[in-house]
Amino acid sequence: MADPETLATGADGRPAPLPAPPRRRLGRRQRQRLWRLAGYLVFTLVLLSVVAAADWDRLADSFLRLDIAGEMFPGAITVALRNTIVYTLLAFAFGLVLGLVLALMRLSSVGPYRWFATGYIELFRGLPALLVLFMVGYGVPLAFPDREIPGGVYGAVTVGLGATAAAYMAETIRAGIQAVPRGQLEAARTLGMSHARAMVSIVLPQAFRIVIPPLTNEIILLTKDTSLAYVLGVTATTIELTKFAGDALNTRVNPTPLVVAGLLYLAITLPLSQLVRWLERRAAKER
Amino acid sequence: MSAIEIRDLRKAFGTLEVLRGIDLSVETGEVVCVIGPSGSGKSTLLRCVNLLEEPSGGSVHVDGVEVTDPDCDIDAVRRRIGMVFQQFNLFGHLRVRENLTIAQRRVLRRSRAEAERIAAENLHRVGLAEKADAYPAQLSGGQQQRVAIARALAMDPRLMLFDEPTSALDPELVGEVLAVMRSLAAEGMTMLVVTHEMSFAREVASRVVFMDDGTVVESGPPEEVFGSPREARTREFLHRVLEPTRVSEAEIGVHTPFPSRRS
Ligand SMILES: Nc1ncnc2c1ncn2[C@@H]1O[C@H](COP(=O)(O)OP(=O)(O)OP(=O)(O)O)[C@@H](O)[C@H]1O
Ligand SMILES: [Mg+2]
Repeated sequence: MADPETLATGADGRPAPLPAPPRRRLGRRQRQRLWRLAGYLVFTLVLLSVVAAADWDRLADSFLRLDIAGEMFPGAITVALRNTIVYTLLAFAFGLVLGLVLALMRLSSVGPYRWFATGYIELFRGLPALLVLFMVGYGVPLAFPDREIPGGVYGAVTVGLGATAAAYMAETIRAGIQAVPRGQLEAARTLGMSHARAMVSIVLPQAFRIVIPPLTNEIILLTKDTSLAYVLGVTATTIELTKFAGDALNTRVNPTPLVVAGLLYLAITLPLSQLVRWLERRAAKER
Repeated sequence: MSAIEIRDLRKAFGTLEVLRGIDLSVETGEVVCVIGPSGSGKSTLLRCVNLLEEPSGGSVHVDGVEVTDPDCDIDAVRRRIGMVFQQFNLFGHLRVRENLTIAQRRVLRRSRAEAERIAAENLHRVGLAEKADAYPAQLSGGQQQRVAIARALAMDPRLMLFDEPTSALDPELVGEVLAVMRSLAAEGMTMLVVTHEMSFAREVASRVVFMDDGTVVESGPPEEVFGSPREARTREFLHRVLEPTRVSEAEIGVHTPFPSRRS
């Protein structure tokens, strides 16, 4: 018979790397399996006890009153959801343009541009979006009563949320530009393109491909941040989802509107995050 | 008038002197191959010719225009100088055809039809006419480099710079790129080529320049530089490059760690 040590093989047939210490009865693999089983068991028990403890009729009566939900429509979609989307897109567009300018300034060889961009980015990344909204909606109008941001609430939300988003997007875009290999710019310059032309035709298109997933994430964040618009005193026509649901909550004294609003937010954000995942997978494949 | 006239060219990165007074001229129609050890400044020299690097001293004239003059319109000069990089640097977001047309259209202001005609001609010239619709990532390294050459040629350059165009290629792909370069040389293109392909230099070059440590050590016709190098440094370099398996341990200061095993 062969030496027993040479027979000690793992489950996959390859030789076990080390002889098992004598006292342990279970192999490493078996112990892992046991722990995992224990984990599932605890998880299921906790879940079951929560389900059992819940008062389902009461829950449905509070959160799923179809009559109350029904009353919210079509306003929830034609006004509230629409405004949420409009605020998001306006703030995103403003933030994207400003962010691109800031990113280019940060990468500029001109010192003052770089300092300004760095200062802006640090400032707005450090401030709560709500404070910035207050500043744009009330602070600035108080200081300059004779001027106003065009577009009323729409303008104020665009600038207030866009200003903060621009700071984040500037950093994202800068990273994207820097991720484009230097040889791309050099090859473009070698063909006689000016620096600006090479940026526009060669570097930025590739940089934007890289930053599309993080920018889509930024849209998701902005979608949720539009709920802050209520501090600007929105009216019946400029109301967005959260305020709309909050008002309904107050009049009906029932939390169902919050559930409806939540579902409508998810209707925007879940497809977007799926999109991000798909874009990231595609980008990973292209590498 | 020389195609390229380099006088006392100096380049330092901080305190690191990479080029220490290079004199070199390339006549129209000449193929000059630059050889030399890694870090000797070959790429830097090439990049100073089209001002991808700013020289610290000396002068460079291309077709009689002083590119080192601060008032020189460098974009205009670069249009006349094709450059091919070790890493191809094709524009990854554009199809092969657009890689060839974008600068023609944006820089030379050619019409779309004309740019596409010239692109097709040059793709045909490098044997890749059927790849016009491909993206660079879909091509092999050798094909990408041939597209890069075609892209440079589409601008009707007066001279071409090559920086180790085959060094990033798998060995079996080197030949196709060298073949394109050889045919270019035969057509009379003025070429300044940094290369490690000694057989190419020997066969195609009108002149070979050996650089070491930021200076031109030796230059002359390939038969002379390869056949009977005057300088010891040239001889040593050629020995290492041409007979890599014959380089002895003693030569490079390796001490065998376990001499007892040898006995
Ligand atoms: N942008 C830069 N900044 C600092 N040092 C640099 C820079 N570019 C090149 N160098 C240095 O200059 C020296 C010469 O570089 P160069 O690329 O010209 O050498 P080379 O002869 O082309 O070598 P190789 O055969 O490896 O390509 C090297 O020591 C390199 O580290
Ligand atoms: Mg080099």
